[in-house]
Amino acid sequence: MNDTGRFQRLSIAARAEEDAAPLQIKVDIRNLDFYYGHQHSLKSVSLQLPDKRITAFMGPSGCGKSTLLRTLNRMYALYPGQRATGEVLLDQQNILSPQVDVTQLRYRVGMVFQKATPFPMSVFENVAFGLRLASRLPASELADRVETALRDAALWEEVGDKLHEDGRGLSGGQQQRLCVARTIALQPEVILLDEPTAALDPISTLRVEETLQNLRDRYCIAIVTHNLQQAARISDFTAFMYLGELVEVGPTAKIFTAARDRRTDDYVTGRFG
Amino acid sequence: MNRLAVRKLVSNLALALAGVATLIGLICLGAILWTLISHGLGGLSHATFSEMTPPPGNAGGLLNAIYGSLVMTGIGLAFGAPIGILAGTYLAEYGRGKALSAVVRFVNDVLLSAPSIIVGLFVYEIMVVRMGHFSAIAGAVALAVIAIPVTVRTTEDMLNLIPQGMKDASTALGVHHWRTVTSVIYPAARSGIVTGLLLAVARISGETAPLLFTALNNQFWSTDLNAPMANLPVVIFQFALSPYQDWQQLAWTGALLITITILLLSIAARSIVAGVKRGRR
Repeated sequence: MNDTGRFQRLSIAARAEEDAAPLQIKVDIRNLDFYYGHQHSLKSVSLQLPDKRITAFMGPSGCGKSTLLRTLNRMYALYPGQRATGEVLLDQQNILSPQVDVTQLRYRVGMVFQKATPFPMSVFENVAFGLRLASRLPASELADRVETALRDAALWEEVGDKLHEDGRGLSGGQQQRLCVARTIALQPEVILLDEPTAALDPISTLRVEETLQNLRDRYCIAIVTHNLQQAARISDFTAFMYLGELVEVGPTAKIFTAARDRRTDDYVTGRFG
Repeated sequence: MNRLAVRKLVSNLALALAGVATLIGLICLGAILWTLISHGLGGLSHATFSEMTPPPGNAGGLLNAIYGSLVMTGIGLAFGAPIGILAGTYLAEYGRGKALSAVVRFVNDVLLSAPSIIVGLFVYEIMVVRMGHFSAIAGAVALAVIAIPVTVRTTEDMLNLIPQGMKDASTALGVHHWRTVTSVIYPAARSGIVTGLLLAVARISGETAPLLFTALNNQFWSTDLNAPMANLPVVIFQFALSPYQDWQQLAWTGALLITITILLLSIAARSIVAGVKRGRR
């Protein structure tokens, strides 16, 4: 481990201590199994996502972390042949139950994807789009909500004067923060991020990470990342998954310095994966 | 001769053959265009756009035929475009992997390559025979039947180009599928869909056979959709076959007009597609 790595571990340890406040469980996943047709992709996964904390999911490609994320807002329901069994409780309510309205669920559980996908409309409309459909807001309030979302996504400074330009004209990093703004404009309770910085340069990655830090104390955030340093930098808890199983979950500092499972330790120290 | 030299020779030979084939194709196209221009341009005058098709031996123009072509193409598109776009949307967005959409796609492809005279006979049978007379509206319906498969095909292809991620992102905001289609997917695919419509117009504006069985022709100015209506392709067909020289001249002029229109539409469609492939708008 080099000096930077050691410094990171220290800062993680420091942060873990300052967050001594009791945790509230926002999402409680119990015995979740997931199938793509006959392929068994998640095997009896159980874990809890605390509110106002960032939980990072890592593991080799195909380990099921993206699948797990897509279960939490039932994105998988779009695709025939995919099904989930078990329970995912969002504030004690099982969201896998057919009685749950997926539209309402997606207002509460927002998602940001790996590839930034600005809609073919202006910057303002990109953020206002979901909002308009979710609630009938007067124009002035809508504008306020859009501005707040853009500020929270650390994008307002850069796009405040080009709200009416096409969202597709922004840079890659700005586009991804626009997607974050679009998601938080709906004021969800949970934010899912599926490798949000995998396609970004280091500076843009840093800006997105700062954005997540700003949001951390208001939302329950789950992020999938292939970048170990990123997990170490931004998350409070880290879950390590392997071949569809949840191997280990715990405070990030502990996972990175004193993993219980040999496979976790091998992964975070770069010996495999 | 060593192997490398042989391979080089074969390669050059293939290149030469391909070049010759291309040249033959281009010469044919050039000859057609040249014949049209040399015969048609002389007849192009103010009268072409301001006077009706004349009886033999009299001076005249093509105004009623141009008007008829515009009206029937326009109505044909007004019927065909919504049906074609919605069917294409079904195939791309709702019917993925379903047996019905495979059948629809197959039937559509058959219709796409069906001889247009069959379409003419079909509309003759279901409209002209029942109404008891030829009419512009029957002509427009026949053109719509030809425009639909073209539109279905291009719409489906263009919607499939929209990345799944964009649809997922919209769905993740709690947006319903149809709203995603109208507010996100259509705008993203807009230029592609417009291109498909332009190609459909280019296709139907030169069709003769279906109009021969439906709209027939009209020597006079008529705006009655329930009566026979003049149109460029049928006028060209009749005038070109006639023994009268002034009629033949008008046929050349009409042919030139149609060709130029289709050429311009195709160029417009191609440049839009080139813009789409470059990524923006």
